[in-house]
Amino acid sequence: MGLLEAIILAVLAASTPLLLAAAGELVTERAGVLNLGVEGMMIMGAACGFAGAYFTGSTIVGAVCGILAGVGMSAVFAWLTLGLAVNQVAAGLALTILGVGMSGLIGAGFVGERITAVPQLWLPVLTDLPFVGRILFGQNALVYGSIALVIGIWYFLYRTRAGLVLRAVGDNHASAHALGYPVLTIRTFAVLFGGACAGLGGAYLPLAYTPFFISGMTAGRGWIALALVVFASWMPGRLVAGAYLFGAVTILQLHAQGAGFGIPSQLMTALPYLATILVLIVISRTRGTIGSAAPASLGLVFVPDR
Amino acid sequence: MLVLEKRAERSALIAVASPLIAIVLTLVTIAILFALLGKDPLFALKVYFLDPLNDPYSLQEITVKATPLVLIGVGLSFCYLANAWNIGAEGQFLIGAVCGSWLAVVTHGTEAGPWVMPAMLLFGAAGGALYALIPALCRVKFGASEILVSLMLVYVAELILDYLVRGPWRDPKGMNFPTTAEFDSVATVPILIEGSRVHLGALIALIVVAGAWLLLSRTIKGFEIRLVGVASKAARFSGFSSDRLILFTFAVSGALAGMAGIIEVAGPVGHLQPGISPGYGFTAIIVAFLGRLHPVGILIAGLFLALTFIGGEMAQITLKVPLDLTKVFQGILLFYVLACDSLIAYRLRLIRTQRKVAHEVANGPA
Repeated sequence: MGLLEAIILAVLAASTPLLLAAAGELVTERAGVLNLGVEGMMIMGAACGFAGAYFTGSTIVGAVCGILAGVGMSAVFAWLTLGLAVNQVAAGLALTILGVGMSGLIGAGFVGERITAVPQLWLPVLTDLPFVGRILFGQNALVYGSIALVIGIWYFLYRTRAGLVLRAVGDNHASAHALGYPVLTIRTFAVLFGGACAGLGGAYLPLAYTPFFISGMTAGRGWIALALVVFASWMPGRLVAGAYLFGAVTILQLHAQGAGFGIPSQLMTALPYLATILVLIVISRTRGTIGSAAPASLGLVFVPDR
Repeated sequence: MLVLEKRAERSALIAVASPLIAIVLTLVTIAILFALLGKDPLFALKVYFLDPLNDPYSLQEITVKATPLVLIGVGLSFCYLANAWNIGAEGQFLIGAVCGSWLAVVTHGTEAGPWVMPAMLLFGAAGGALYALIPALCRVKFGASEILVSLMLVYVAELILDYLVRGPWRDPKGMNFPTTAEFDSVATVPILIEGSRVHLGALIALIVVAGAWLLLSRTIKGFEIRLVGVASKAARFSGFSSDRLILFTFAVSGALAGMAGIIEVAGPVGHLQPGISPGYGFTAIIVAFLGRLHPVGILIAGLFLALTFIGGEMAQITLKVPLDLTKVFQGILLFYVLACDSLIAYRLRLIRTQRKVAHEVANGPA
């Protein structure tokens, strides 16, 4: 296997959790809710996903547990921000603090334990094709699933009536409410969907990336996923490009560390975070030309008049 | 079903009671959690919250731990009052520690006089302020989210500190541990009460609380901060610039976080090493909200959250529960604080859904 092929395989593997979590957050934000708790939901997804797979030996059960953990966390967030009109930034931070703590509590029992990783696809002939075989036909189900998810989200947002309503709720909740759409109900579903995706993205880490659980294993991926949504200008297509770009930065810095150019390893490890900042600056500057604006009601509290 | 209804006036009673209600609710939740973990809830709560108060050493530790929480929390409250979201105080804390330590490292083993410690505090504050100005400038100049930028810089700060103590600043006699040499006595924060661990930082925190209270309640700048937060349009009409205010509040909170960082390193820790903070910068966010963004409230909240750190350590030893329980506790507390705060402006009201009403109109009350 050539180096380039190995790098591309590693990039796909590293990008998938980002893509899953960011795709969910994109839908949440399109409905006008800013959930900063992605990191907390992801790490809970990782802990519960690992626990599920560990006790049953089934990665599918593990993935379901991860999704449920994300949904559970986001339900708390939805209840606070939509039910009690709490500030979304503060509630999202609370969700992250809680998730990091809870995952440590759950994960304390699994120190040093391992599980079997998700199997990779193997098709006769096709997977054996030189170079493209492993890349196109040799991934695990979640890698394909994440791409299917983004296509599904694109179709939903731009080709269905429900997607149009969801975008309307995010752009102008007062008008959507006046037209008779149940703003808070739609937002609740969007938040729960975001939680499910973040939970699955988190579960991907112990199930498919590294077959064990360590506390804090998401290492800021939830926050990078949030930045990716901004990078993608809230458009699903650009999300895929952004996620793979970030995966590439992560993997390239690892290879650069391995090659050892005399650059401090800490600088290399900091690259994805520095790249995130750079991207946020560039995208925010060019908003209106290449970037589209954020959903107009993003992060605003809505309490319907009765 | 339950719905929210805006109150005609903000409830003054709930404004005072909400942090207390939140703490009670948190204690109940924690008791249930202890029961689920198979511990006697009442005994566990006693270990967590009462035992530290009966032990002189723990009481000192509470003031030691409360010092950075109060310093950072006061700074963050400025930001949050002005609707500027600095969530990277942890990073500013670390950079403050790094910048102040630089002076301690270069003067180590020299005949430097007693000017070193005050200069270190100044360096720490300046470093923290400059580091906090990065996200503030990104927001003001480019419109980039200060939330995400300030958080990303936390990871970067951890790596900078890690690089320095493993590389150029490592103590040659330190058995290869990633740490600087112990600071000289002129480079350490003096102990306030002989024979205890309470250091000058506690006094500085009290002065900062008093200063913040004066600034917020007695100066134009304080009025500006509070006005921009609650009525940004009115503030703009009266000529206050929200951009300048973002820079100002970030610089202040960064300076306080940076000072907290260098005080921690030059005080209780005594040298620079990774892991100098058990998440002070994040816990201080909870402190700020629990204190209802008021300096005195933050002082009380800081002491309470410090108690949870000490209680958590005690519970880990006595009850054999994981240390992460403290974070769970803090997260739940923030949830309840936010939920209760919502009841200041809104009331919950039970209404009958329309379907039920229609049903009753047709068939009489159930």
